[in-house]
Amino acid sequence: MGKIRGAIVVDTAKCKGCSLCVEACPTKVIELSREVNAKGFHFAYMAQPQECTGCTNCATVCPDSCITVYRLKP
Amino acid sequence: MLEINDIIKPENLVYGKTPVLTDSVMHYCPGCSHGVVHKILAQVIEEMGIQEQTIGVAPVGCAVFAYNYIDIDWHEAAHGRAPAVATGIKRLLPEKMVFTYQGDGDLAAIGTAETIHACNRGENIVIIFINNGIYGMTGGQMAPTTIEGMPASTCPFGRTPERDGYPLKMSEILATLPGTCYVTRQAVHTAAHVRKTKKALVKAFENQKMRKGTSIVEVVSTCSSGWKMTPVNANKWMVDNMFPFYKLGDLKNE
Ligand SMILES: Cc1ncc(C[n+]2csc(CCOP(=O)(O)OP(=O)(O)O)c2C)c(N)n1
Ligand code: SF4
Ligand code: SF4
Repeated sequence: MGKIRGAIVVDTAKCKGCSLCVEACPTKVIELSREVNAKGFHFAYMAQPQECTGCTNCATVCPDSCITVYRLKP
Repeated sequence: MLEINDIIKPENLVYGKTPVLTDSVMHYCPGCSHGVVHKILAQVIEEMGIQEQTIGVAPVGCAVFAYNYIDIDWHEAAHGRAPAVATGIKRLLPEKMVFTYQGDGDLAAIGTAETIHACNRGENIVIIFINNGIYGMTGGQMAPTTIEGMPASTCPFGRTPERDGYPLKMSEILATLPGTCYVTRQAVHTAAHVRKTKKALVKAFENQKMRKGTSIVEVVSTCSSGWKMTPVNANKWMVDNMFPFYKLGDLKNE
């Protein structure tokens, strides 16, 4: 288990389940949920929160600006 | 032990939505490159501090509603006519930052004349060119930019030059015109490419500030709905098939 350094918050109502953030995450933190949002999309969530480094890659590629990223300053 | 909620605090924020983007939910399909380009354009406008002074010209195509998403002044143009409209705006209001945002059907088919002549006149504007190889909005028809062998709804077995003509490299053509100062081709499928495209947009707007002429930022893009692929597969297809023909990088930088 990695040392927790970062975290993301996904706007699950806005997420379209495109999976681009899942691909972009170098430490494989994100997966699509089994549940769907009001629009019927499987939204993204932190499946492995302990692995997040707060690198911002997922938020950078998200077309719908659903992801906010936090990182502990060293 | 450190909990997630110890990290999710305002002082640890490293990436959030720029206020230049409105809260409207974008109408684009899941994974559409348009959303990414809108976002970085809004970030650039925020970071350069030019929100009050920027006027965008929206196209006809999927990005027709761009004015709902980026909180600046906008003008809508008839299909393909954005560079002509931008010319008028910039000449009347030279202190404004003026850009067009156009798809490949808009810029490279119906608007070819406006594009070429605006660039040839060296109009002091920025042209953002979203090249997804097809007409997205109307159902994935072949565009001048559709590459050889690429299927589209009007060439379901792929484009054949004998029947359909050859794919058009607009940026290469525009780079030969003396009026253009900066012509670059970028992409937004990875975080690194998104950051590079953002830098290209900054450079394009800086050129306009320095009155250097026309800057063109082409973004090789996906249209997963039109291509009938998942967004992830569309990105892979783009890398394997579009990039060998539409090579990324600067075509002109003066
Ligand atoms: C004068 C005129 N001709 C044709 C159309 C139909 N039309 C709407 S969008 C479009 C093509 C858009 O394709 P593109 O510019 O590549 O943008 P995308 O939707 O792929 O982002 C066409 C032909 C129109 N609206 N107006
Ligand atoms: S990239 Fe954005 S819209 Fe796509 S699945 Fe991730 S959070 Fe959702
Ligand atoms: S049709 Fe294509 S270009 Fe239009 S929003 Fe959907 S993915 Fe984007």
